[in-house]
Amino acid sequence: MVTARMPVLGRRGARRTAGRRRLLARIIVVFLGALVVVAVFAPWIAPYPPDAQNLALSFQPPGASGHLLGTDQLGEDVLSQMIYGTRLTLIVGVAATALAGILGLVAGLIAGYFGGIRDQLLMRLADMQLAFPSILLAMVLVAVIGPSVLFLVLVLGITGWVPYARVVRAEVLTLRQKEFVTAARGIGVSDATIIRRHMLPNVMAPLATIATLQVASMIIIAASLSYLGLGVPPNDPSWGAMIQQGQLYLRTAYWVGVFPGLALVLTTLAINLAGDMLRDIADPKAYLR
Amino acid sequence: MRRFVLMRIGHALLVLVCVATVVFFLDRVTGNPVQVLLPPDATVADAQQLSQSLGLNKPLIVQYLHYMVGLAHLDLGQSLYYRSDVVTLIAQRLPATAELAAGALVFALALAVPAGVIAAVKRGSVTDTMLMALVLLGQCTPAFYIGIILIWVFSVIFPVLPSSGIGGFSHLILPAVTLGSYSLAVIARILRTQLIEVFGEDYIRTARAKGLSSMRVIVGHALRNASLPVVTVVGLEIGSLLGGAILTETVFAWPGLGQLTVQAIDNRDFPLVQGIVLLFVTTFLVVNLLVDLIYGVIDPRVRLS
Repeated sequence: MVTARMPVLGRRGARRTAGRRRLLARIIVVFLGALVVVAVFAPWIAPYPPDAQNLALSFQPPGASGHLLGTDQLGEDVLSQMIYGTRLTLIVGVAATALAGILGLVAGLIAGYFGGIRDQLLMRLADMQLAFPSILLAMVLVAVIGPSVLFLVLVLGITGWVPYARVVRAEVLTLRQKEFVTAARGIGVSDATIIRRHMLPNVMAPLATIATLQVASMIIIAASLSYLGLGVPPNDPSWGAMIQQGQLYLRTAYWVGVFPGLALVLTTLAINLAGDMLRDIADPKAYLR
Repeated sequence: MRRFVLMRIGHALLVLVCVATVVFFLDRVTGNPVQVLLPPDATVADAQQLSQSLGLNKPLIVQYLHYMVGLAHLDLGQSLYYRSDVVTLIAQRLPATAELAAGALVFALALAVPAGVIAAVKRGSVTDTMLMALVLLGQCTPAFYIGIILIWVFSVIFPVLPSSGIGGFSHLILPAVTLGSYSLAVIARILRTQLIEVFGEDYIRTARAKGLSSMRVIVGHALRNASLPVVTVVGLEIGSLLGGAILTETVFAWPGLGQLTVQAIDNRDFPLVQGIVLLFVTTFLVVNLLVDLIYGVIDPRVRLS
């Protein structure tokens, strides 16, 4: 037996916690919004073009010669490269997640609603996918075509469907037993309509939570691949590649790698916190724990 | 019980065969290794000769059958680049990666268990909030960046630990912390959630009521009951631990399987890539099979059902 236990908090304590959570939520929304704005308007916001080289001004420390976060070995502005890198980070994270979500949703609906051999096959495929370290699979696949943003999105999207499929399948299995579904079937509503009207709206909330959290892990995998020199073309500014460059110059110019990494951590942190909040809204009991 | 184990083993073998097939065909479309292996001034005749000696000119299906038959005899073939047995190459690199992974797991468990227990006991407190914030940070920071920050702090700013290579214990510290932090975060988080749930159970109240010390309640009653989901998660995390090893080894120039993987992919060394992938998948499957068996040990109720 599981008894839910309320956290021991006085009324004032509860109000203070709620206030803090609201503040945190606002900060996160503003941060993520700013990130999108930076990505969209990168050419207007960046102080320099990302590939403007000036060998006379290589390895300028932060703040020197008009370079807020310093310059790298070619005299390129670190901040400007980071700003352009935001684009790639967000595009890959969001697009790959969208693709994975759609694939997982379809697979989960088929497996859960129709069951039988289709269910068996899809779930065995999911087991197989889980046994494969995703970064290793991405490494092998990316080596197939070479660096390309589109291909990176495809690889990450195709390999990321399992969590959605599992959750949607479980949800659909319980929904199928509900009276409103039996009733709908009884009056002759088609499968397509039942799925659209009764299944889809009910699986959207858990789906949104997984998707938010997955954007962060997609961003991390994409950055890890760029760090390994795979994934995106070398000339596109990406945080992972900047960190890789930065490691070479850690002794003399820490700013080349440390700042892009900080941007990466803050971004994934904000996305994860947003995901946690979404889950709290969708499942208020989880908030009490 | 025996039937369950046999079924699970059969299932794992099926997954393995499917993965082997997928990897075989994937590797074949990643480009021609002959071009990588030959010097730039090689002639067409040279290329044909090399391709013949490597067996790459045979029909794909013949290569596939040959490969699967070899696999059944635990023969993973010859590395195209190193010209030696894949099994030997992997065996040479395995100890380094095992050392790294063991170090990472020890580090993760040694910190995750106390962190999870303290956070659960003092839930809602400042300590809990701080611990969980740290844990979230660990979960959100990619392994390679943790590694670089650690090198920056402990090898550059305060030069106390070596930044690369393999050696004594001092060489292991930074890579193990790097690889272990993600698992640490995941384990601490789930342990906290589970403990909070278990603390609400009747038997915990009973244990407290009969006058057991908090320590005995937590260790003897709560931890054991909370550990089932934790063990499951640790099993599933083995996959990301192996993936993380690739990055950690690259950051620290650690001469293990991870580095071998990156080189093998760079060199288009099909058999080697296949061998490593199969080893990773097998490890994952074996660990998760063990997890299922451990269930019965931790919770005898599982054995009955």
